[in-house]
Amino acid sequence: MTDSSAGHEQQASAAQHPRATSKAHAMVAGKMLALAVGMFGFGYAMVPMYDIICEITGLNGKTGRVSIAEAEAAQAVADREVIVEFTSTINASGSWTFRPTTREMRVKPGQTYQTAYYAENLTDRTTVGQATPSVTPSAAAKYFNKTECFCFTQQLFEPRASKDMPLIFIIDPDLPLNVDRVTLSYTFFNSPDANSTASLSPTLTGFTQEISQ
Amino acid sequence: MSQVDTSHDAHHGDHDHHGPAPGLMRWITTTNHKDIGTLYLWFSLIMFFIGGGMALIIRAELWAPGIQIVDPMFFNSMTTMHALVMIFGVVMPAFVGLANWMIPMMLGAPDMALPRLNNWSFWIMPFAFTILLSTLFMDSGGPAGGWTMYPPLVLQMGDSFAFVVFAIHFMGISSVMGSINIVATIFNMRAPGMTLMQMPMFVWTWLITAFLLIATIPVFAGAVTMLLTDRFFETSFFSAAGGGDPVMYQHIFWFFGHPEVYILILPAFGIISHIIPTFSRKPLFGYDSMVYATASIAFLSFIVWAHHMFTTGMPLAAELFFMFSTMMISVPTGVKVFNWVSTMWRGSMTFETPMLFAIGFVVMFTIGGLSGLMLAITPADIQYHDTYFVVAHFHYVLVPGAIYSLMAACYFWIPKWTGNMYDEKLGKMHFWISTIFVNVLFFPMHFVGLAGMPRRIPDYSLQFADWNMIATIGAFGFGFSQLMFVYIIFKCIKGGEKATGEVWEGARGLEWTVASPAPYHTFEESPTITPNTVTR
Repeated sequence: MTDSSAGHEQQASAAQHPRATSKAHAMVAGKMLALAVGMFGFGYAMVPMYDIICEITGLNGKTGRVSIAEAEAAQAVADREVIVEFTSTINASGSWTFRPTTREMRVKPGQTYQTAYYAENLTDRTTVGQATPSVTPSAAAKYFNKTECFCFTQQLFEPRASKDMPLIFIIDPDLPLNVDRVTLSYTFFNSPDANSTASLSPTLTGFTQEISQ
Repeated sequence: MSQVDTSHDAHHGDHDHHGPAPGLMRWITTTNHKDIGTLYLWFSLIMFFIGGGMALIIRAELWAPGIQIVDPMFFNSMTTMHALVMIFGVVMPAFVGLANWMIPMMLGAPDMALPRLNNWSFWIMPFAFTILLSTLFMDSGGPAGGWTMYPPLVLQMGDSFAFVVFAIHFMGISSVMGSINIVATIFNMRAPGMTLMQMPMFVWTWLITAFLLIATIPVFAGAVTMLLTDRFFETSFFSAAGGGDPVMYQHIFWFFGHPEVYILILPAFGIISHIIPTFSRKPLFGYDSMVYATASIAFLSFIVWAHHMFTTGMPLAAELFFMFSTMMISVPTGVKVFNWVSTMWRGSMTFETPMLFAIGFVVMFTIGGLSGLMLAITPADIQYHDTYFVVAHFHYVLVPGAIYSLMAACYFWIPKWTGNMYDEKLGKMHFWISTIFVNVLFFPMHFVGLAGMPRRIPDYSLQFADWNMIATIGAFGFGFSQLMFVYIIFKCIKGGEKATGEVWEGARGLEWTVASPAPYHTFEESPTITPNTVTR
């Protein structure tokens, strides 16, 4: 009864309002629905967009990466010295010792340096750790380049195992002149279960790892 | 005109159609825009008291320093739920209800463009809110990380988080369907001869609001879906350990969240633009500039989102951009305020209850707008961020802002809905009591905020005690005075002085050309547009 009356109602109004055809309604509704679906996609598109913008601008302190050849080709600036400080943080979910082997280095832009971070697995299980870098001030982030870093890959630790993890970096000679001190901070996480993450969304995991380098 | 419609209605009595179907099924199966509007309005009134009860729990706990009444976790879920209920359960559905009731009548249309979709849009809402509120009774409790649901905090909540996300999905689907319906109605169902620039302001503001909803609600749905998969399916959108970034959530959320605050206020601007001209007995001053100002605000709302994030360590250039773009919003908003004041200038003003609420809106919304300008100043915001000053700001724009516009709209149009005048004396009392208490409630929050009291914390230092006690008195006064509103509505439905079709002397617009109460079916034949029936 109600169904048929509703249908009747629509027909009646359509008949008396010739301008309001159901085709016209379907057109508008379809376009609006497409906009809604498109914006849902845009929400997801903001994820890679965000990473790309951060990579280009260094806004969130993510560091750059250069090849060894590029690093060797760079000319050291003899008359400039920059202090690089190293700090470490352990994420609350992990049970680790994690610290830089050197707290502070005086470096010349354009010259390659090597240092390391020490990590120890304090649990009785085999654990995978992952470090994420951040540079302060963020304006210096894109001038802080690494040719080799333990943060590029996940680090596997046997129970109670420890190791020094190398880091080779070069400061771009174009580093703004007002920056004389750069702090490189690493946070060490328990890596999420690599297998299950990979099987759920291989592209996503691969992509975010690539960007985080 | 009213003559035509009453006879029309009587004429239809003989046919199979018809008044409403009898009994409860009328409300469940209805596709009538007036029935659905009524359902939305009742729903939001009920949610208003649920959300208000949560606010009173918060204020009771804040009566004195220390933990008195509720445990901190429950306090946190009260602040979170209060916001979710008030935003998605009160202000948005109430505006949709008014849109359902008034837009077809203002356009001279027989109903909404998509009546069955309309029924769906409404009936999703009670289910969404049952799911949301039921989390309070689950083992892991309701959401307690703030309505903005920032990770990683929100990801630490229990499994009831999944229910919160699904409730938000349902609300979003409802809003988007409702908006699609409104856009289709406005584009296709206007009376012959009514151009877009002749539409009443309420219709204009809703058209723009509907576009904002369609463009931003899906982004929010995406953000909470990412939270859901991060929490349960081991993705790493916002987890730094897996290469994600928690700050990215804030960008996605506020890309939705800032347009959302204009979704909550643009229809209010429309309502005020009807009431002030009516009781000033003058046409709205600067109709064209009102339309352009509304559109400008909507556009600007998409490029200011990061002013919610000044303390996340953005670069200077971004801070400057978002500061200046935010301040720019005060230009079109100022245009609106000046237009309302100019409309009143040398008008034959009378001060019935809707007009009182409308003037209260203009004054107190402007206070909220000015504290918003203060918050837009980046260096100052770093001081104000997450303090009660922010709470004072957004409550001034939402309570004596959006809520007052809803009260004004109810008093303004209830004679058209029920056929009876409300009790004017009680209405005026409701206004004055509410206005005194709402300022007692929210104005002291500016002081404690500037003095450094953080928001969302159940305890506070001793020096904030006096003002908090005063705010709590205001909260209970304001909360209980809203029972007057309910009484006035029931009294008006039951009887009262009969309203004419025009209701208010010299009121303009097609909705006043039909009888009061508005017949179940209006404008089955298109009206003719004359200078007196358009509002501009």
